[in-house]
Amino acid sequence: MHSNNENGQIVVAENLTRKFGNFVAVDHLNFSIEKGEIFGFLGANGAGKTTTIRMLCGLLLPTSGSASVAGFDIYSQADDLKHHIGYMSQRFSLYEDLTVLENIEFYGGIYGLARSQIRQKSETLLHYLKLNDRAGTLTTELPLGLKQRLALSIALLHDPEIIFLDEPTSGVDPHSRRQFWMLIYRLAAQGKTVIVTTHFLDEAEYCQRVAIMSQGKIVELNTPQNLKQKYKSEAMQTVFLRVIGEDGR
Amino acid sequence: MKRTFLSIIKKEFLHIFRDQQTLLVVLLMPVVMLILYGYAITLEMRQIKIAIVDQSHSPQSRAFIRHIGSSSFFKIAARDVPESQFEILFQKRIVHCILIIPAHFARSLQNKNRTPVQLLIDASDPNAANYIRKYLTQIALRFNSENNVTFPLPFKVVTRLLYNPLRKAQYFFVPGLIAVIILLISALLTSIAIVREKERGTYEQILVSPVKGYQIILGKVIPYIVLGFADAVLILFFGYFWFHVPFKGSLLLLLATLILYLLSGLSLGLFVSTITESQREAMLIVLLGTILPTIMLSGFIFPIASMPTIFQYFSKIIPATHFLTIIRGILLKGVGLADLEVPISYLVGLSVFLIVLSIGSFKTTLE
Repeated sequence: MHSNNENGQIVVAENLTRKFGNFVAVDHLNFSIEKGEIFGFLGANGAGKTTTIRMLCGLLLPTSGSASVAGFDIYSQADDLKHHIGYMSQRFSLYEDLTVLENIEFYGGIYGLARSQIRQKSETLLHYLKLNDRAGTLTTELPLGLKQRLALSIALLHDPEIIFLDEPTSGVDPHSRRQFWMLIYRLAAQGKTVIVTTHFLDEAEYCQRVAIMSQGKIVELNTPQNLKQKYKSEAMQTVFLRVIGEDGR
Repeated sequence: MKRTFLSIIKKEFLHIFRDQQTLLVVLLMPVVMLILYGYAITLEMRQIKIAIVDQSHSPQSRAFIRHIGSSSFFKIAARDVPESQFEILFQKRIVHCILIIPAHFARSLQNKNRTPVQLLIDASDPNAANYIRKYLTQIALRFNSENNVTFPLPFKVVTRLLYNPLRKAQYFFVPGLIAVIILLISALLTSIAIVREKERGTYEQILVSPVKGYQIILGKVIPYIVLGFADAVLILFFGYFWFHVPFKGSLLLLLATLILYLLSGLSLGLFVSTITESQREAMLIVLLGTILPTIMLSGFIFPIASMPTIFQYFSKIIPATHFLTIIRGILLKGVGLADLEVPISYLVGLSVFLIVLSIGSFKTTLE
């Protein structure tokens, strides 16, 4: 079985669980994500979003349960899986003491891209981000929004099928956030699956489906439209509060 | 997959060259330490402040005092102080020792050929106290042999100093410094280089790529092997041409054991990086856990033979102990492989143990 699952499911999780000591960070999650979907994990800090994403990327091993990503088992085939995914963590920083080009070359290199490929890709990338004349600039000198977009572009150098974004827009101004989401839409249009966590509730509107998480569990999983209908509200903000409220908070 | 690994090495070198402050420290520290140990720090004592209470006031006692005053070891800081003041002299650190020549000094010397002279020493620094006693005994001995030809000593120990006849401290410190600085670079810089990535979140980004654990380890470690090697050569070069430290043995053997020693240090650094989350923590553990014991217990300064038994055993598990035996042997005595079997086997054993330990605890997933 490989990426083109018959029913188009690219991520399937079954009873996915992760404990840290006695603390259950992720509690028996069952969900599937369609190929080409923009899928959001919504929740407060500590709800288990990051832990879930880290398990799906092969960064953390599940305590129990299983998941397959792009047709690979996250427990036993993490090494193969890693070629097919891109990941950008909320803390993801480029190496600030390296230049734009050096960062691109390094990440291209660790994914085993050929020198010629890296050269070609970095040209396209620099052109797209309008960074042509700043290839030799240390990344510490770039504005945060641009850094973020550069980071995402670098996480995509190896052309992965699935992209995991863990709180990609935290700390960025609204204008840059919109630009960032434009980039995400472009990726989805290219047929890539985008899985994103956020605590910006307005960003949930950009997702095709959202999973609302609370205390390690998925408490709602639906399209933003359906959720708004179900909870009789025009804003995801209210929807979110009502969902969490129902969970006994 | 060679590209992957080369990319990591290249990036690590970029980090090293970009951080010029650290680079400068790494390259200048050995030179500064060499100058410090070579010129400033000496275990010998000079110009020890002494008080002399001459109750004899005789030509003989004055001759003895002249002997003391003319040696470079002592500086007479007080004379003929009353006994009630002795305590104050020591407490105010005006003198380190007080010599009391009894009133019957001259008479006893003439009649019985022998007389006691009392020396009070401030032994709050026992090492210094030992030196003071040794120096004064030497002066007394010389005085005796000059004034007492009728009563010669039955035998005399004739010493010949081998390997370092001029007793130059640099001969002792230069090899030791190599051991300490190599450890500093390999253990400290490697652990910081890895933990820094954990702190900044870039480590996660590397782990999520298809990079293998051994590629990360090698890619991180090789630049520091090069750096450590460069430092070692710098110290050897400086030591040889500036302080004229002899180099009697095989350069090849020295470099081979140097690599072995470097590996043990790098493994320590790697191990520390797997159990720490912040640079500060890593630095503290490396300094307290490896560098401090190396300086104190490896024989770098203090001889192992004079340590309590338990520390003597402990010194055996410090890689520097064995590396010091090897490097001092090669540089100063010119000994070869055959005579270094024991320390080399220890070093191999410790290195293998540390490499296995650090690679075993290195994970390519997060905790």
